Amino acid sequence: MTKNFIKPLTGASAVSEAMRQIDPDVVAAYPITPQTEIVMKFSQFVNDGKVNTEFVPVESEHSAMSACVGASAAGARAMTATASAGLALMWEILYVAASNRLPIVMPVVNRALSAPINIHCDHSDTMGARDSGWIQIYCESAQEAYDNVIAAVRIAEHEKILLPVMVCQDGFITSHAMERVDILEDEKVKKFAGELKLPFPLLDTDNPVTYGPLDLFDYYFEHKRQQSEAISHVFEVTDSIYKEFEKISGRKYNRVETYKIKDAETAIVALNSTIGTAKDVVDALREKGEKVGLLFPRMFRPFPAEEIAEKLSGLSAVAVLDRSETFSGTGGPMLADIKSALYEKESRPTILKYIYGLGGREINPAQIEQVFSDLKEVKKGKKVEQVVYLGVRE
Amino acid sequence: MKLNIKEFPKIPERLGSGHRLCSGCGAPIVAKMVLMGTKDPVVVTNATGCLEVATTIFPYTAWKTPFIHSAFENSASTAAGVEAAYQSLKRQGKIKREIKILAIGGDGGTYDIGLQALSGALERGHDFVYLCYDNGAYMNTGVQRSGSTPRGSSTTTSPAGEAVPGKQQFPKDLTAICAAHKIPYVAQGAISNWKDLITKASKAFAVKGPAVLNVLSPCPPGWKHADDLAVEISDIAVNSKIWPLYEIENGQWRITYKPRDKKIRPVEDWIKMQGRFRHLTKKENHHIIEEIQQWADENWDRLERMEKATSSEGGSE
Ligand SMILES: Cc1ncc(C[n+]2csc(CCOP(=O)(O)OP(=O)(O)O)c2C)c(N)n1
Ligand code: SF4
Ligand SMILES: [Mg+2]
Repeated sequence: MTKNFIKPLTGASAVSEAMRQIDPDVVAAYPITPQTEIVMKFSQFVNDGKVNTEFVPVESEHSAMSACVGASAAGARAMTATASAGLALMWEILYVAASNRLPIVMPVVNRALSAPINIHCDHSDTMGARDSGWIQIYCESAQEAYDNVIAAVRIAEHEKILLPVMVCQDGFITSHAMERVDILEDEKVKKFAGELKLPFPLLDTDNPVTYGPLDLFDYYFEHKRQQSEAISHVFEVTDSIYKEFEKISGRKYNRVETYKIKDAETAIVALNSTIGTAKDVVDALREKGEKVGLLFPRMFRPFPAEEIAEKLSGLSAVAVLDRSETFSGTGGPMLADIKSALYEKESRPTILKYIYGLGGREINPAQIEQVFSDLKEVKKGKKVEQVVYLGVRE
Repeated sequence: MKLNIKEFPKIPERLGSGHRLCSGCGAPIVAKMVLMGTKDPVVVTNATGCLEVATTIFPYTAWKTPFIHSAFENSASTAAGVEAAYQSLKRQGKIKREIKILAIGGDGGTYDIGLQALSGALERGHDFVYLCYDNGAYMNTGVQRSGSTPRGSSTTTSPAGEAVPGKQQFPKDLTAICAAHKIPYVAQGAISNWKDLITKASKAFAVKGPAVLNVLSPCPPGWKHADDLAVEISDIAVNSKIWPLYEIENGQWRITYKPRDKKIRPVEDWIKMQGRFRHLTKKENHHIIEEIQQWADENWDRLERMEKATSSEGGSE
């Protein structure tokens, strides 16, 4: 494949295609529904000799992440992919990866956490990992997942960043649905990704370094502070890498995506595929003259609070749709971040809190329409304080 | 290539002095001896535990060779990643030189919490050496029982009490578990038999594919013995056959040291040197010492049978 061309691909296949083109030095992965297709496709690329990758078919996700840590510290470009319980099993090592400043890129196919066991989409897996020090990018479609996995390599490996990145897409809804995906030329991706240059690879045996020392009250805090400092550069770096990516692909990405929000009075905030559904509803309502819009925090970690506050503060009412529970009794995880982002603003929209779609429960246009109509009521003065569980049988 | 004994002292020191392990600790001796087994540069991965914690207190490090600690249960899978990186970069021509990879774990990090990662790495056939320094308990967290703790031993989670006299179970046979993976090389060693140990290390580094070394590592505060006894206590463990020295090379079992006549000691001699077994000298617990002796004898017999059964000379010794 040497030319750009359109291919019918599922979200999972699109990601494995991106991985083939990136041709990482090491991939260590373990299968889990609905991520499995990524690993299967990639294994085929390996055994067909299409990549230079050393593939490590580990015996667990804990070992997948551990092997990525070893490979990345050794000086290799390392990738894995997972979902749900697999991500949960990696938890401990997610922190090790981020804290050792290892630029591992990991596509995640969002799936509910047990119990009860459920293979379908919600965001409880990656939301639980949101404070692990990883950069998190969310994607609406297969195209976005493909593009952002490629961009993520550059973000992760940027000398000011050196942090791991998760690129999330919705289980089944995106991962298993066939879409038109514009695949870039292999050469273009290769050139864009470039060569990894890690500052302190273990395999540079002439210059031995110690990774992961015992670090107590006299230094640990400074190291965490440095990690926060790296995070503070993520926005500027992402902006410039997205610009560069636009040059090779013609596709424009932003840390915060909006849809028809400029003159909107009310808006919905949501992640991933739900944004696609909501766009249709917005279009329909706009035709009826309603001033509605959408906001999609593509980058959820670090959280672009200022930009989001800027975009939402002028609205009269906003509904935050979380596809996971915190069990804090106060609503979903994104809600808390949106609310605190707006706290400093003088004018703030009224915020409605929704939890929806747990365990893959369908979210349909009628429900989104219902949310917009709730927002309309609130704009007129109706008070709604409680968290609304959208689409649940009470 | 297996090293010649004359070459051992020429190997540059890879674990320096100035670490903060207890005086008389066996672990750094084990690590240093094993690291003498190759002239090639070595990348070390180390599980959480005494050796890791006490050699890398930031901003100092005692390691003069590339080193990574990630977590407690993943030394083998971290090493698998390093090895995969090495293979990949070498194949792409980005690295030219020969580099060895050594994964280290304590008995807790190997027999227990890290067993799955170890098994996976052995099964996949990574080209690396795994070293377990076996001090028979979780020493770093204050002497808790592990799957390697000897029967009768008092630890903080298997204390000698009024009703239960220390750990009830015999240790699992890690060396045999590793051998069951049919990897090229597995061996058990002790610091008292340094030539035997370094030779085994050099074989382990020389083979293509995974190799495992399980080495007894005395711990004065955990075993409760004087801190100048690490070597002697290893020696008596070997001569009482509670810690036999043997290797499994391409499926062939071989006892590398057989104590004879006056050298042979009863396990009681070994037990009596250590405070962790003090309660066993009570009359009502004496049967435990006998059971341990029997366990050691049976284990030795089994080793001899394995040696015979797998010998290339067709079973004569
Ligand atoms: C997942 C996890 N569980 C528990 C611990 C606590 N911990 C740290 S070291 C250790 C024991 C180590 O024992 P061993 O592997 O035998 O090494 P030693 O300290 O005896 O040298 C334990 C329980 C940890 N660090 N990580
Ligand atoms: S507690 Fe035991 S194993 Fe740990 S440093 Fe001290 S002697 Fe060594
Ligand atoms: Mg131990």
